[in-house]
Amino acid sequence: MAGSTPASLSADAPAAGVVQARKARSISPAIETWRRFRRHVLAVSGAIVLLIMVLGVLVGPSIWAVPINEIDFTAKLQGPSLKHPLGTDDLGQDLLARMMYGGKISLAVGFAAMMVALVVGVLVGAVAGMASGWVDAALMWLTDLFLALPTLPLLLLVIYLFRDSVKQVLGVEGGAFVLIVVVIGGLRWMPVARLVRAQFLSLREKEFVEAARALGASKVRQVVQHILPNALGPVIVVGTIDVATAIIFESTLSFLGLGFPSDVPTWGSMLRDAKDYLDIAPHWALFPGAAIFLTVLAINFIGDGLRDAFDPRRVL
Amino acid sequence: MSRQYVIRRMLIAIPSLLGISVILFTILAMAPGDPFEELATNPAIPPEVRQALRTKFGLDDPVWQRYLHWLSAMVQGDWGFSFQSRMDVDTLILQRLPVTLIVIGASQILAISVAIPVGVLAAIRPYSVFDQVASTFAMIGFSLPTFFTGLVLILIFSIQLDWLPFVYRADIHATGWAFYWEHLKQSIMPVVVLGLAQAGTLVRFMRSSVLDVIRLDYVTTARSKGIGERKVIVKHVVRNALIPVVTLVFLQLPAVFGGAIVTEQIFRVPGIGSLLIAAILANDTPVVMGVTFVIACLVVLFNLIADILYGWLDPRISFR
Amino acid sequence: MAETLLDIRGLKTWFKTEDGMVRAVDGVDLRIDRGETVGVVGESGCGKTVTARSVLKLIDMPPGRFEAGTILWQGRDLIPLDQDEMNQIRAREIAIIFQEPMTSLNPVYTVGDQIAEVIALHQKLSPKQAMAGAAEMLRLVNIPNPQKRVHDYPHQFSGGMRQRVMIAMALSCQPKLLIADEPTTALDVTIQAQILELMQEMKEKFGMAIMLITHAMGVVAETCQRVTVMYAGKVVEEAPVEALFGDPRHPYTQGLIRSIPRIDRAVSRQARLESIQGTVPSLLNPPPGCRFAARCRFATDVCTQAMPPLKEVAPGHRVACVL
Repeated sequence: MAGSTPASLSADAPAAGVVQARKARSISPAIETWRRFRRHVLAVSGAIVLLIMVLGVLVGPSIWAVPINEIDFTAKLQGPSLKHPLGTDDLGQDLLARMMYGGKISLAVGFAAMMVALVVGVLVGAVAGMASGWVDAALMWLTDLFLALPTLPLLLLVIYLFRDSVKQVLGVEGGAFVLIVVVIGGLRWMPVARLVRAQFLSLREKEFVEAARALGASKVRQVVQHILPNALGPVIVVGTIDVATAIIFESTLSFLGLGFPSDVPTWGSMLRDAKDYLDIAPHWALFPGAAIFLTVLAINFIGDGLRDAFDPRRVL
Repeated sequence: MSRQYVIRRMLIAIPSLLGISVILFTILAMAPGDPFEELATNPAIPPEVRQALRTKFGLDDPVWQRYLHWLSAMVQGDWGFSFQSRMDVDTLILQRLPVTLIVIGASQILAISVAIPVGVLAAIRPYSVFDQVASTFAMIGFSLPTFFTGLVLILIFSIQLDWLPFVYRADIHATGWAFYWEHLKQSIMPVVVLGLAQAGTLVRFMRSSVLDVIRLDYVTTARSKGIGERKVIVKHVVRNALIPVVTLVFLQLPAVFGGAIVTEQIFRVPGIGSLLIAAILANDTPVVMGVTFVIACLVVLFNLIADILYGWLDPRISFR
Repeated sequence: MAETLLDIRGLKTWFKTEDGMVRAVDGVDLRIDRGETVGVVGESGCGKTVTARSVLKLIDMPPGRFEAGTILWQGRDLIPLDQDEMNQIRAREIAIIFQEPMTSLNPVYTVGDQIAEVIALHQKLSPKQAMAGAAEMLRLVNIPNPQKRVHDYPHQFSGGMRQRVMIAMALSCQPKLLIADEPTTALDVTIQAQILELMQEMKEKFGMAIMLITHAMGVVAETCQRVTVMYAGKVVEEAPVEALFGDPRHPYTQGLIRSIPRIDRAVSRQARLESIQGTVPSLLNPPPGCRFAARCRFATDVCTQAMPPLKEVAPGHRVACVL
């Protein structure tokens, strides 16, 4: 192109453009992804909201050091005020403190359940994708079977049957946490497994994996070094959305009175308690409800942004 | 569509049902606690009687025998007795099932009739203002937990405006039009709550499905025929874009049942969802098992319908 | 001189992408007279398909847009026409068939439905008459048992048969011009010959003009009267077919002709086939000057300064090269 000829005045400007275009093409995929993500306004707003939420529940309690269970009947069912920025519940307990405590539980459940779902899903998907044959068929049948299971009824059933014995082993709060995380994760791994398997099936035929195979790389090495990093994008997207789903499931369980024990404040259980006072203290229901909604919405927008960012074919 | 296709899909559904029954039974069998635990702590009952009871109910049999036993009882509709409601579990569930199905059905119709046009319009003008607004609302609908939407609707329409009742009543003392009017009024909120959550998901499905189809070669072929853009979209894009959406709608059904449980609980709709919660809170195990089993069977049944619809919508499938 | 059907002048169809403007078609002139077959050749990505689709305005806008130029159809410019006016021309006057017969037919309708749709619309016939017309068209394109085959779905046809269906559909309203966008590229070699033969047969029957887009020079030599050679969104040479093969002027055309595999030559020259070095340059912000300069062995400083215009070197033979 213009590079090989002596630079003349007229060729200067376009040549600079070409150099720039080349530079844009050679930057790493991670930076490219970040560049695309940054342009997604809603996703960036989601990330900021989520960051504020996480900081709020982690750092908040040390700034707003009000106990979550200080009962004060003289101040019950009050709306927002300086003393209680988010108001109080029917026992006069401070809602802000309880919301921060509940938020920590919700977010922790969300992330932990996502990790469980990812680990199980990647494992099942990778084994099915590498094994092929009857192992693949059997695993995929199992995956489809689990996909057809009604999640919430099953979640309720398992928690109903196991909550007492788990409680004995791990304590009241810890037991509920482990049980909820394992069960939500255990019922959410299927999309990840399908995705990973599909990625494996297409990627393992690609040239660079074949090259690795020809060079004598072991199966595990092929998976870890060459296939998994390429399947990562879609898995991250599904994982992100799984956090949101898990938060909704945990809140739903608490709302139905089947999640954490009733004296532990979570966003869902606060809504459950508040629903009988909607007429006189709507703030009690609105704050935790809005918190769940905002968190879930923020995470879903992040997931959307990531999906777009990981999909380089998309043109604006 | 060939009859063999339908029969084949039905045969494929049987292992799914068996698989689900195995999962349910495994959960039940692994669960700690024993139906005769109470008897064990009761000093009035001698150990021999307890043992005889255990043998009679087959609790000491090998696992697979107990499974077959349990399965044959489930298949025969012998689902046990609800001590809470003092009636047979199957009768109880059959009483409650129609309300749930009506609420779910109405909400799905609402969701589909909102979501399909919105999704199509958003996709044919991608990144337009309409698309952005529709996509944002879809995301909000998709992110709103049903129990929160329900409470907000109650707050607005029952408490602030006093337009709609927030408790569903089965015993409405009215006749003629008033009876239907009351039923309609009390059904609006549960149906809307469930329908909106579903519509959010569906708009997203429909939009991306239309976007996938609209750039395919046969759509260009259709345009080159000069048949007009509206006909191109309706006949050649939407028709094809619906095929994957139908599957997704039915795949969403487990989630819809979850939503129905919550909705019934909020509005106290006397369906199987509120029955399930009540049974769990009252430790009424036969009802819990029965309802879970019924919902699982319904999901398999709807998946079967989805498969058959799929074969009808896509001529390539049923010929395979 | 025969009546001019299609006269494209200075057409620029550009696409807006996130990296900038892609100048897919950047000043193309093309003329097609009644009843003649004009070949449009060039490598993949040189703007042949975009030119073809521009004629029927089958370009998605946005991201595409007509930047400049006119598309005169029997003296009337198509660019300002709205959808409804275009729909009067599509299929009725100008029809198109595509490269991929496997994906060009809608899988959920029978081929009869899809052909009858055009017939019913443009000839104002009842569905039943249109379906009979569709069967008649299938018979014309030599599909066995047409009465029964109209009720079959596209997936029940092979690739070659589907291309026949596409041709039947395109010709069902007896258009004056058939645009064939690489109609044989996706087919087996033996089927390719059959489809070309069928197009020839149809041309004799209906007397329409054909715009044959291809990158196979052999096909051009056999079927076309005139040829337009495109490179990177521009026309580099146009000539009657004998002149083009006998006396190619543009280095790119010469390269294309040399790259035709020939059995007699392959044997004598130890099976060495010439190819043109390099690839088509990016159409994103292309540099001024001849687009082929970077790959041209005769390129000089002049070539990188400005794109040489098409100039007539012999009657009907125009070339865009300083040589």
